[in-house]
Amino acid sequence: MIASKVLSSKTLRERPDFAYILDTISPGSRVLDLGCGNGDLLYLLKQKGIRGQGIEKDEDAIVECIRKGVYVHHGDIDEGLSHHEDKRFDYVILNQTIQETRHPGDIIKEGLRIGKRVIIVFPNFGYWEVRFRILFQGKTPVTDLLPYRWFNTPNLHFLSVLDFEEFCQIRGFTVEDKAFFTDLKQVRFRANFFAKLALFQIR
Amino acid sequence: MDLERSVGIVETKTATLGDLRLDNGSVLSPTLIAYETYGTLSPAKDNAILVCHALSGDAHAAGYHSSSEKRPGWWDDYIGPGKSFDTNQFFIISSNVIGGCKGSSGPISINPVSGKPYGSSFPFVSIKDMVEAQKLLIDSFGIQKLFCVAGGSMGGMQALQWSISYPDFLTNCIILASSPEHSAMQIAFNEVGRQAILSDPNWNNGLYEDNASPRKGLALARMVGHITYLSDDKMREKFGRNPPRGNLLNSDFAVGSYLIYQGESFVDRFDANSYIYVTKALDHFSLGKGQELTKALSPAQCRFLIISYSSDWLYPPAQSREIVKSLEAADKRVFYVELNTKEGHDSFLLPNAKQEDVINGFLKMPVDE
Repeated sequence: MIASKVLSSKTLRERPDFAYILDTISPGSRVLDLGCGNGDLLYLLKQKGIRGQGIEKDEDAIVECIRKGVYVHHGDIDEGLSHHEDKRFDYVILNQTIQETRHPGDIIKEGLRIGKRVIIVFPNFGYWEVRFRILFQGKTPVTDLLPYRWFNTPNLHFLSVLDFEEFCQIRGFTVEDKAFFTDLKQVRFRANFFAKLALFQIR
Repeated sequence: MDLERSVGIVETKTATLGDLRLDNGSVLSPTLIAYETYGTLSPAKDNAILVCHALSGDAHAAGYHSSSEKRPGWWDDYIGPGKSFDTNQFFIISSNVIGGCKGSSGPISINPVSGKPYGSSFPFVSIKDMVEAQKLLIDSFGIQKLFCVAGGSMGGMQALQWSISYPDFLTNCIILASSPEHSAMQIAFNEVGRQAILSDPNWNNGLYEDNASPRKGLALARMVGHITYLSDDKMREKFGRNPPRGNLLNSDFAVGSYLIYQGESFVDRFDANSYIYVTKALDHFSLGKGQELTKALSPAQCRFLIISYSSDWLYPPAQSREIVKSLEAADKRVFYVELNTKEGHDSFLLPNAKQEDVINGFLKMPVDE
């Protein structure tokens, strides 16, 4: 128990996106975290009195979630969430998941069916360092948020802040809130250039 | 015998309980239940865990019956001091099912009316009846609420039935390698087993004598069953194709000799009628599918941990997911993990560090979360 608490406060300092989500969602809400990883975010939400539930496909991450007491379903979100009732959740969260799904549009649409709002967080491909790496190295960029090489990345899609805004327009999603982050703080100026991580809340 | 983490020498006891009205309307009187307990019941009686066994299991789940016993109870890897079902913390009750032949009321019990064993005149028993009998046993301890009910395969069906028969009576429910109902394939395997027994010359409509029982048929039934408990990979690893000698009259493959051995040793510890009763209970158990299953599970109040195994082709992960999805649709609290194993259906019985982690984490959760 003590070990996970230490981990959590450290996680929170290093994850301004987690802090933002924790601020956004009020106690008593119900949350579905798609691709919840080792359950760190759900664990923090639980501490705040938010009833969460996760889906994850990695076995070790699932074991970690259950050890933390985070309700979790071992499965692939691409294979359907159809058993969940409409608007069952207040929030559906896709934290750095969307770039790994086969059909992001379908997942978000399904997220909006079962949740009142969907929060999407993704690594911004428009970040200056990414742009410079391509420009000067001429290679697929490897950064801390995009830490994989082209041959071992789980990421199927690479998107920037501008890409996502355009996507919301095309699909008719209403953006209710957005926030952008670098390592430890929020970015409020020229997000598509300066933000490593982008967060959108849509409806 | 590693006694450090073992519950040590244990004894199977038999409780004689009151009348039990069965699903089919007949009344079992008296109701006998064989059981074992490990650990100590707390003064508040709030630390009890009921462990339910699979088809050919019994009440002997942990420890040894004597210092000369070679193999401990069937879930000894998980029950004991410091193990997942920690006997330092919990009071574990393992009860034998009715309809079986390991000390509880079943076909080999004496019919009080005739003074002879029931044989095939024993009434039909359902999974729900097995749970009702367990409830009588738990009540006899004065326990008001079980901390957990856990079981694999047929034991998982009992655990699932517990969660809806007595929603207020359990805090946690663990279901391993199980299913909300048998598929046609699962029924088919059981039917082949039953037909093997029925076609034995000694069958005599189930009214056979102890010294002339349908041994060959029961051994065949066990052989078919045993194939389904393993995985192709496991069998390949254990036996391969060795040694093919091409002898028409003998079993010339290692896997064949192994199955014959399994079948023959099973006959010494199991009754043919019980095999029929228990497999029928399994085949008849049905909580439905989809919305029907969601509705069936809606009374449940407990937390669930569902575990399936990638190599289990008898109760494939899809059947566990069916339970999980229905529980989620009914808005229940559920953990689900599909463990990557090689050992097939038997995986839930075998040591697995991840399974231990998952069960430990689940049982350590504060009661109100």
